[in-house]
Amino acid sequence: MNHGWLEKNSIFMLIGIILVIAVGGAVEIAPLFWVNGTVEKIDGMRPYTPLELKGRNIYVREGCYVCHSQQVRTLRDEVERYGHYSLAAESMYDHPFQWGSERTGPDLARVGGKYSDEWHRAHLIDPRSVVPESIMPPYRFLFTKTLDYRDVRQMLTANRMVGVPYSDAQIAAAKEDLEAQADPNSETQDDFRKRYGKAEVRDFDGEPGRITEGDALIAYMQMLGTLVDFKTYRANAPEHRR
Amino acid sequence: MQADVQQAPWRFDHFFIPVVLFLGFAAALTEAARSPDAPMVAQGWIFAACMAFTGIWYMWMYAGRTPADETRTYADGVVKAGVIAAMFWGIAGMLVGVIIALQLSFPSLFYLPSEAWTNFGRLRPLHTSAVIFAFGGNVLIATSFYVVQRTCRAHLFGGSLSWFVFWGYNTFIVLAGTGYLLGISEGREYAEPEWYADIWLTIVWVCYLVTFLGTLIKRKEPHIYVANWFYLAFIATIAVLHIVNNLSMPVSLLQTQSYSLFSGVQDALTQWWYGHNAVGFFLTAGFLGIMYYFIPKRAERPVYSYRLSIIHFWSLIFIYIWAGPHHLLYTALPEWAQTLGMTFSIILWMPSWGGMINGLMTLSGAWDKLRTDPVLRMLVVSVAFYGMSTFEGPVMSVKAVNALSHYTNWTVGHVHSGALGWVGYVSFGAIYCLVPWLWKKRLYSNALVEWHFWISTLGIVLYITSMWVAGIMQGLMWRAYNDFGFLEYAFVEVVEAMHPYYIIRAVGGLMYLGGALIMVFNLWKTVRNGVPVAPAASVTPALTAEAA
Repeated sequence: MNHGWLEKNSIFMLIGIILVIAVGGAVEIAPLFWVNGTVEKIDGMRPYTPLELKGRNIYVREGCYVCHSQQVRTLRDEVERYGHYSLAAESMYDHPFQWGSERTGPDLARVGGKYSDEWHRAHLIDPRSVVPESIMPPYRFLFTKTLDYRDVRQMLTANRMVGVPYSDAQIAAAKEDLEAQADPNSETQDDFRKRYGKAEVRDFDGEPGRITEGDALIAYMQMLGTLVDFKTYRANAPEHRR
Repeated sequence: MQADVQQAPWRFDHFFIPVVLFLGFAAALTEAARSPDAPMVAQGWIFAACMAFTGIWYMWMYAGRTPADETRTYADGVVKAGVIAAMFWGIAGMLVGVIIALQLSFPSLFYLPSEAWTNFGRLRPLHTSAVIFAFGGNVLIATSFYVVQRTCRAHLFGGSLSWFVFWGYNTFIVLAGTGYLLGISEGREYAEPEWYADIWLTIVWVCYLVTFLGTLIKRKEPHIYVANWFYLAFIATIAVLHIVNNLSMPVSLLQTQSYSLFSGVQDALTQWWYGHNAVGFFLTAGFLGIMYYFIPKRAERPVYSYRLSIIHFWSLIFIYIWAGPHHLLYTALPEWAQTLGMTFSIILWMPSWGGMINGLMTLSGAWDKLRTDPVLRMLVVSVAFYGMSTFEGPVMSVKAVNALSHYTNWTVGHVHSGALGWVGYVSFGAIYCLVPWLWKKRLYSNALVEWHFWISTLGIVLYITSMWVAGIMQGLMWRAYNDFGFLEYAFVEVVEAMHPYYIIRAVGGLMYLGGALIMVFNLWKTVRNGVPVAPAASVTPALTAEAA
């Protein structure tokens, strides 16, 4: 083809550019939405509870993802250090994904349940008080700031609009559920458990009677990577082969 | 463009820009007044202030008069503004970079426990956005407006629209930067600004495309010069990437937060399709446009090979788009997509080096100028760094290498050899050319350019070598086993081992910043006290021979 022709027609050059750059994206990204098995069908996955979702918002807000990954790769040392490699299904409700790109700090995909709430609290307030070599910033303000959850119902609704299967009941009771999860003595315990199964109910920040941002963030971190039961997950089953 | 003021013809830009500014102002005040969300209120006031400032400036410039720029051959006012903004944001962004490098080196000294906005997690996006989008973006806007006019022999299209692009883009920068400090983030690397800032940038970007394309259409040269192909690809592709990657659902129209349309694995690949092509089209294609104009111009030699330019251009933009999955190797991304991404990343080495060869060989017959012209040397060294990092990139995309390098500081070093060496140097070189050309003054001091060059080159070397060592050490320590078959090191031992390298890195960054400050001083003295040169002497050598 005579390239001189394109050099004289700016509109066709623009169209040519757009066609050429469209190919790669179309071939690589589009199939992820319809090829079977891209996201494994597994038991245990559930949408975040309102408190966990709030905690996740804080995780995003503070830019935790710039130092911490949430993606255990399929490599021996990573599986031994962090636990089972991450499945696509484990982030199916993550808007946005938080797989990260750096490990200035350790991977957090399976940090849930590895440390106590008290440890997390002390570590967030002053990381070097529990890990002297740490270079993590201090997050004292999370425990002085009361959690603002006036908008939690809208947050669940927005998530449902992008595909997270929250039920009407879960959305309607978002506020009550958030309070119930942070207070083991609340009267709405049973309703919460009905809606979110085995989600942990505790006073995460150790300050009864008050829900702080620390409560939300610790609740989120304590559930990370705990939903799938890997004792029953069979990686070699045909439906999980990709 | 006569002096006949009362019967000025109706112009679209004189209608469009005030309307957009007014609507922006009204929307911002609404947010400030009605939002329940403190950060959104702050953003509302900031945005309203930007709109008001731009509006007042616009009235002062255009109400009842036609600025001299519109009647001159070329609109250079907006180019000058872009150069000044680029240097301002460049210094700011590099300074934040040094601060966060020091935070990682001396965590007990550089964190303020009660001030959330000073934490690494908020300052790091501020650094990346300031250097990539604020510094780099203003360099691209300024140089593209300069180059497209000269190579088309046409005044910028759209009257005052180019000024709207400039102010609108910098408003986006202010909105994004203050947003990070307030804790507003979409949580997507290099695309952290929230939905309202994204919408604003889309409007500005479409105006940028219209201005650039319109100027191409009204050109007086028969052919579109190669630099403009790259600028056009950069502008068009960034529009596509920006819109698709930022599709999201706001919690409400009065709140900053939104949730991305895609989740998990699809979201990951969309983000890295965007992220890698922000590198490919913003930091590569756009700056290759700079290379294709400023190196031939400065060396006074034609581009080495016309045919190589064509191959370079189309293969580069076709292949780059596929490379995103190399950020997701060994993850939950399906294997076929990983393999495809790795394959294209390796292929990408070829067009990248094609471009490097075309840039370097343009010096044929003018290599001696490297001894006497430090500005040309800076431009040429930038191409050498481009060659180095576009070789390193494909190597790191090989799965076996990536298993070691991913998540480590090697990636940080790789990015900075491209950012400091390639993007930084080609920008500095272009600005060292532009300031004397635009202000029609002789550059204040070549000796200071030498100082800038050597101090910052040493800084780059410290930066990338320390990060290579740190990154490879990190990767090896994470996977080290002891004699009993257990992992040898706890994670925190690896963190501890990074300490000396973080310090060396901070020193390297500080030197690079020091070089840039020397540059600002040199440019300032050029504009203020430089010796005037006759306009004809400064911008003569013809590019038309190469374009044909």
